[in-house]
Amino acid sequence: MPPLAERNLLHDKVRLTVTLTGIVFAVVLIVVELGLFVGFTVTTSNLIDNSGADLWVTSKNVPYVEQGVPFSERKLYQVRAVSGVAKAEKLITRWVEWKRPDGRQESVQVVGMDVDEPLGRPWNLVQGRIDDLKRPDAIIMDEIYRQKLGVDHAEQVFEINGKRARVVGFTRGIRAFTTSPYVFTTFKRAQQYANIPDDQTVYILVKLAPGANLEQVRREILDHVKDVQVVTNHEFSRMTQVYWMFTTGAGVAVLLAAVLGLVVGFVVVAQTIYATTMDHLREFGTLKAMGAPNSYVYRVIIKQAAISAVIGYFLGMIVSIFVVHASQKGGAAILMPVPMAIGMFFLTLLMCVGAALVSINKVTRLDPAMVFKG
Amino acid sequence: MQPAIAVRELTKNYNEGTSGTVALRGVDLDVHAGELVLLMGPSGSGKTTLLSIMGCILSATSGSVRIAGKEVTCLSQKLLPAIRLEHIGFVFQGFNLFPTLTASENVELMLDLKRVPKKEAKRRAHELLDQVGLSDKYDSFPADLSGGQKQRVAIARALAGDPEIVLADEPTAALDSHTGRSVMEMMRDLAHDRGRAVVIVTHDSRVLEFADRSIRIEDGLIVQPPYGKPPVAVGAEVLTQHFVGAPSLPAFGRGGI
Repeated sequence: MPPLAERNLLHDKVRLTVTLTGIVFAVVLIVVELGLFVGFTVTTSNLIDNSGADLWVTSKNVPYVEQGVPFSERKLYQVRAVSGVAKAEKLITRWVEWKRPDGRQESVQVVGMDVDEPLGRPWNLVQGRIDDLKRPDAIIMDEIYRQKLGVDHAEQVFEINGKRARVVGFTRGIRAFTTSPYVFTTFKRAQQYANIPDDQTVYILVKLAPGANLEQVRREILDHVKDVQVVTNHEFSRMTQVYWMFTTGAGVAVLLAAVLGLVVGFVVVAQTIYATTMDHLREFGTLKAMGAPNSYVYRVIIKQAAISAVIGYFLGMIVSIFVVHASQKGGAAILMPVPMAIGMFFLTLLMCVGAALVSINKVTRLDPAMVFKG
Repeated sequence: MQPAIAVRELTKNYNEGTSGTVALRGVDLDVHAGELVLLMGPSGSGKTTLLSIMGCILSATSGSVRIAGKEVTCLSQKLLPAIRLEHIGFVFQGFNLFPTLTASENVELMLDLKRVPKKEAKRRAHELLDQVGLSDKYDSFPADLSGGQKQRVAIARALAGDPEIVLADEPTAALDSHTGRSVMEMMRDLAHDRGRAVVIVTHDSRVLEFADRSIRIEDGLIVQPPYGKPPVAVGAEVLTQHFVGAPSLPAFGRGGI
């Protein structure tokens, strides 16, 4: 086919610019909203996904990680006695009050774990060491929240629930979904900060022995330990994600914004492709008069839409990558995994070709006899 | 000899059922290969409607149209494009070239519709442009061509499909007299030298000298019988007669010939 679609597009550069702007806008908006959704989703279960545990033992009916209810520490020893359990360690997460130097209070989530064990520890340390947590009043926090928590430098001292806390290290990229940043410390100190009795824990993290069957170990823990819920790491992660993203409506709002981006993009592209089609209506009429079947004309219009989609997608992705990169320094991470980037290509293509259907409908009803009118 | 176009008892009503307009009231017409026929008449007389129906672009209300021996009035709208593609080439008053395509690409488009491979299409497009005297304009866009050159490209495009029938709507209307004359010479050559059946709708009486027959339509009826007779042979030796200025003869039947 002669390059009719390409030339029609390039013929009116202003309209092409408007079309591409619409597509780029839609792509960026959808990537940002979906990226926020993915970022939020990953953030909600950050702690679980990086815990290194295979199973989580919780009080009964705990719906998500922030809602843990303390239970007796004795259950830890019962869990350790179950065959197939290689390690079982205590973990605390609790909302507590952080007092800034200026007197303002911020809510934080204190996370307490056994520093000598690999389960539930902070990751991506960029300053300090895990062992620094053994120092008196030591805590580790993420560098993203320095400003929020009023932290200028390491070794600065603050108050958590009226008790001393010294910042001994920083992590990078450990975001919290809520407005309360994670603050890592030892299990014992977390008990004190959160006012949890000495003989209680909130979670038990379980690491399976090599070759142990996950389901079998879960069943055995349930058989041997009373009044607990045992969930796999994946299940607990999913439960927490579903709670925050759907039960609270936060995720739905973000997804709706993504759909809005799709609709706006669709309308802009449909409008501009329709206007381009109207401009070339006489040519399409001539094509039909010459004997071109409707499918031939559709191919021209769809090709126009597809070319717009491809160019718009790549331009949109350049902007999106920049936005995603810039977001890494902010509180809300926008993530764009490779499958999402690939999916966006097909979504853009679908959006543009779908938008072209309005024009196709117009051309289908086009009377080729129009070519004889003047 | 079977006519390239055979029209019988053709009627066409617009807006049927309401305040309808009768565009054609029962037209009979045969056009043979190798002849150039003019359809003349005042505006709104039905000549373009007749051309559109013969071109399988417009459907008739009643009557019969046979293109290359095939009845087309009973064909569905889906099948008519194939008839147009196979048998008919169009030349329009406004040229209807694709402004974003070069002269060569405009002709290649027709060949692409006929599924001619790209390289071959390019070669044939150049050949056709050579034949209409545009060998130096392959890569020119329509905007860079004169009216006469545009119409030559349109003729080359119409011929690209190798049709038995060429239908032209006011092909000289947008051209000056000299260019119009050269286009008409080309149209005459199409009929006489290449054996095409050429039907031209025109208001321009200066082109009568090129016609084998001229038919006048008024109020949807052929009111004047043809000047001249159908040729008895096609090709370079075709016998044509020009009877421009011959006395009017009474119409046959309901305005047929």
